[in-house]
Amino acid sequence: MAYTLNVNGKAVSADVDGDTPLLWALRDTLGFVGTKYGCGVAACGACTVHVDGEPMRSCQIPVESVGKAKISTIEGMAAHPVGKKVQAAWMELDVAQCGYCQAGQIMSATALLAKTPKPNDAQIDEAMNGNICRCATYVRIRAAIKRASGQKEA
Amino acid sequence: MTFHDLKANRREILTSVGAGGLTLAFAMASKAEAQDDGLKPLNAYVQVAPNGKVTIQAKNPEVGQGIKTMLPMLIAEELDVAWEDVVIETAPNDPKAYGRQFAGGSMATPLHWEELRRVGAVARAMLIQAAATAWNCGPGDCTTAPGEVIHTASGKKRTYGSLALACANVTAPDPKSLTLKDPKAYRIIGKPKAQYDVAKIVTGQPLFGIDIRRPGMLYATYEKAPVFAAKVAGADLDAAKSVKGVRKAFIVEGDPNAFSPGGGAIGQGLMPGVAVVADSWWAARKGRDKLNTKWAEHPTSKQSSKLYAEQAKAMAAGKAQRTARNDGDVDAALKASAKTVEAAYYYPFLSHANLEPQNCTAEFKDGKLEIWAPTQFPEPGRQLTAKTLGMKPEDITVHMIRGGGGFGRRLANDYMVEAAWIARETGAPVKLLWTREDDMAHDHYRPAGFHYFRGGVDAAGNVTAWHDHFVTFGEGATPAPSAGMSGAEYPARFVANCRLEVSSMPLGVPTGPLRAPGSNALAFVMQSFIDELAHAANADPLAFQITLLGTKDVVGEAPAAYGAGRMRGVLQAVGEMSGWANRAKLPKGEGLGVACYYSHLGYFAEVAHVAVAADGAVKVKKVWVAADVGSQIINPLGAINQVQGSVLDGLSEALHQAITIDAGRVEQSNFTDYPLMRISEAPAVEVKFLKTAFPPTGLGEPALPPAIPALTNAIFAATGKRIRSLPITPDMLKA
Ligand code: FES
Ligand code: FES
Repeated sequence: MAYTLNVNGKAVSADVDGDTPLLWALRDTLGFVGTKYGCGVAACGACTVHVDGEPMRSCQIPVESVGKAKISTIEGMAAHPVGKKVQAAWMELDVAQCGYCQAGQIMSATALLAKTPKPNDAQIDEAMNGNICRCATYVRIRAAIKRASGQKEA
Repeated sequence: MTFHDLKANRREILTSVGAGGLTLAFAMASKAEAQDDGLKPLNAYVQVAPNGKVTIQAKNPEVGQGIKTMLPMLIAEELDVAWEDVVIETAPNDPKAYGRQFAGGSMATPLHWEELRRVGAVARAMLIQAAATAWNCGPGDCTTAPGEVIHTASGKKRTYGSLALACANVTAPDPKSLTLKDPKAYRIIGKPKAQYDVAKIVTGQPLFGIDIRRPGMLYATYEKAPVFAAKVAGADLDAAKSVKGVRKAFIVEGDPNAFSPGGGAIGQGLMPGVAVVADSWWAARKGRDKLNTKWAEHPTSKQSSKLYAEQAKAMAAGKAQRTARNDGDVDAALKASAKTVEAAYYYPFLSHANLEPQNCTAEFKDGKLEIWAPTQFPEPGRQLTAKTLGMKPEDITVHMIRGGGGFGRRLANDYMVEAAWIARETGAPVKLLWTREDDMAHDHYRPAGFHYFRGGVDAAGNVTAWHDHFVTFGEGATPAPSAGMSGAEYPARFVANCRLEVSSMPLGVPTGPLRAPGSNALAFVMQSFIDELAHAANADPLAFQITLLGTKDVVGEAPAAYGAGRMRGVLQAVGEMSGWANRAKLPKGEGLGVACYYSHLGYFAEVAHVAVAADGAVKVKKVWVAADVGSQIINPLGAINQVQGSVLDGLSEALHQAITIDAGRVEQSNFTDYPLMRISEAPAVEVKFLKTAFPPTGLGEPALPPAIPALTNAIFAATGKRIRSLPITPDMLKA
C-alpha cells in the first residue's frame, strides 16, 4: 500500500509492503540513495537517518511504523544548520576514503552535535561507535567532529 | 559532445614511455578525425574546452584509494593548469587506450609516475605549439603559466581555452623528447588535494555501484551454496514467485570450472545458485526466503578449520614437502647457538568485508551487454563474462563505478558474471545486490596459515639460524591464491643458516588477495619471531632489528632486491618519533613494540604503544609510522589517510577478525560475529614520510603488514605474553 512519509521536510509517497525497511523504501522506491546498506542488522550504521532528530538505523524500521515522524537523510543535511557544518568539516579534512560509510557517519555526527555542541572524546566514541568505517578513517572522523564543533582537533 | 564521443574516432599510436620501458597504448587525435565543432582531445587523457576547463580522464578504478584524484594530479602538473580548472572523468574500460586498468598491488604510483607526467607534458607542448603558430614564433620562445601560454619576450598571453580549437592542427611530440618539471616548481604534486568527489560523498549523491539505476530496472538476489560450488538439488521456485513483486525465480547451473575445490582460483566464475528477480530488492529477498533451497552433496563438505589445524600439526611433525631455500647448515648452527627458540604460529582466514556488499548492474539488449560494476579489474571481468555467456568481448561494455571499498575483493568479478547471466535470463536491466551474509559466505578469503619456527642467536646477539616450515594450502606445489611464500622472505639472505620449507594441504575454500596479500600474514609471523629472538638475546628489539639488517644498502637483485639501508632508515626514524629509548618509563601493563616490513616497494617501520588490562583487554594508545616510499608524496592528504587506514585495518584484523570453516562452510555471517574496529578503539596514528632519492611508490598496502607485529610485540613488552595466534583474545592475556 502507499505510505506517505515526511522526508527532508517534504511529503512523499512510497507504495511498498508495510514490512519494507525504511532503508529500502528510501533507496529503491523514493530514490534517496545516499542512505546505504551495509549489514541489514543494525551492526554497521551505514543506513543511519534521523527520525524526529534521533539517529536511527533505517534497516530496522518497517515503513508501516514510521507514521508522521520526520525523516531526514543525508540528502537533507545541506539544509540542516548543524549538518552543513559537519559536511563542511568532512570536506575540509577530506575524511573519506571509499566514502561508503560517510553518509551514516555524518548523520550520527550531526545528531551528536545537535544535542552536544562540544562533545569530548568519550561522547564522540559513544555516539559514533555504531558506525563502522571499513576503510578506518576514524582519526579524521574524530578530527572533523572536533572541527565542526569549534574544538581543537588533536 | 562528451569526451568519449570525441575519442570514439581516433588513431591509436603505440608509444613507449618511461624509464621502466612500459608500453602505453596512447591515443592521439589526428586531423582527419576532427569533429564538427573542431574540438577534440589532445590525447586519450586530456581535453581542453574553450572556457579553459580541462577534462582529464582517470584511468583506474576508484575504490577508496584516492586514485581518481591522484593520477590526474600528475597530468595536471605537467600540463600546467590550475587544479580548480580540472574536471575529472572516470575513463572507459579501454585497455587499448589506457593499458591495464586496475586497482591492485599499490602499483598505480610506480606504473604511472613517469608516464602520466609525460602525458601532461605532451598536452602542454601541443598548446605551446598552437600559440607559437599563431604568434609566428618558435615554441622555444614561449612558456606557460597555469592555464595560459606566454610569449616570453613580449609577455603576450593566450589562454588554453582560446587555443583549444587550434590544437586540432598540432601533431603530438614524442613524450620522451620533453623535459619534465623540476620538482621544486611543482604547484599540484605534493600539495594536499581533497578527493575530487568529496562533495558528492558528503551530500549523498549517487556514486557507488549500489546506486546505479536504469530505466525499467529490476532487482536481483542470488543464493549460492554454503559449501562452495555445491549444486542446486532443488528449490521451491513457485513459492518465491508467489511473493508480491517477484517477477522471476530460476536455477543457474553455473560453470563447472568456476572453482577448483583443491586450491581455489581467483577470478572464479559463475557458481551454481538460485536467482530471484523482483520489482524491488526487498521483494526479491522475501521471495528468496521462501526458496527452501536444497544443495547437492559436495566433496569438501567435511572440511573444517579444526581439521586443517590437526592436519597442519601432523604435517609439521613430518618431513616438509618442498624446500624454498636452504642456506648454510641450520641444524648445526642451532646446535652451536647460545640460545634457541621454537614456536608455532597461526593466523586465520579473513574476509574482505567491503562495506558496500558486492553488486553489479547489467543490461542485455540486442545481443549486447552493458555492465556497471564496482570492480577493481574490469577487463578480466569482461573476458570472464564473455566466456561464460558465450559472447564476444567486444559486445560487452563495462563501466567502472566507484566501489565502497576494494581491499582486493573486487579484483575478482564473480558478481559481474552473475549479474550478466541473470540480466540476460531476465530480459531487463537488473541490479544484483548480495546480502551482507552472501558477501561474508562467498568471499575469496585471505588464506589461513601455520608456521613452525626454530631459531638461534649467539652470545653477541646475532641471529645464527632461522628455520620456518610453513604449512599452507594448495594443490601439489601450486599454492592456493595468496597462500604462497617466496624463498626470499625476510630475513632470508640476512641469516647465513636459513631454511624455508613449505607443505600444502588441499582446500575447499576460495582464497584470494586481501590488502597486502601474503605480507599481511607473513609480517606477523616473521616479525614476531624476530622479536622473540631479540628477547632471547636480551637485546633491545629495535637495535636487534637494525643489526639484523646488516651494513649493506641493498641485498639481492631486482626484482627481489631488498633495500636494507632504507629499512634501517625507517627503523631509526620510528625509534626517534616514538620515544623508544624512554620506553622503560612506561607504567606497568604498558609497552612499546616495533616491527618493520617491506612490501609493494615500500619500506615501513612502526611502533605500537599498548596498555593491557588485568582482564586481558588490549588498548592501543598510539601507533607511529616511518615510511620510505621514495622522493615524492604526490597527494599528502590522501597518502596520510591511506597509511592511517592501513594501520587501523591491520589492528582490526589482529584484534577481532577470523573466518572459520565448519562442515565446509563459513561460520560467520555479519559484523555481529565478524567485528571490525570501531572508533572507540582507534588510536592516533602519527605518520612520517622520509624523502629518499628513489622513485615514488604506492601506499594502498605497505603500511598494513608491520602494524600487526608491532602490536603483538608491544603486547609482549607490556605483559611478557607472546601472541602466536590471531586474532588476539582477552583470554590469551588475562593476568
Ligand atoms: S545497514 Fe543498517 S546498520 Fe548496517
Ligand atoms: S570510507 Fe570506506 S567505509 Fe568509511
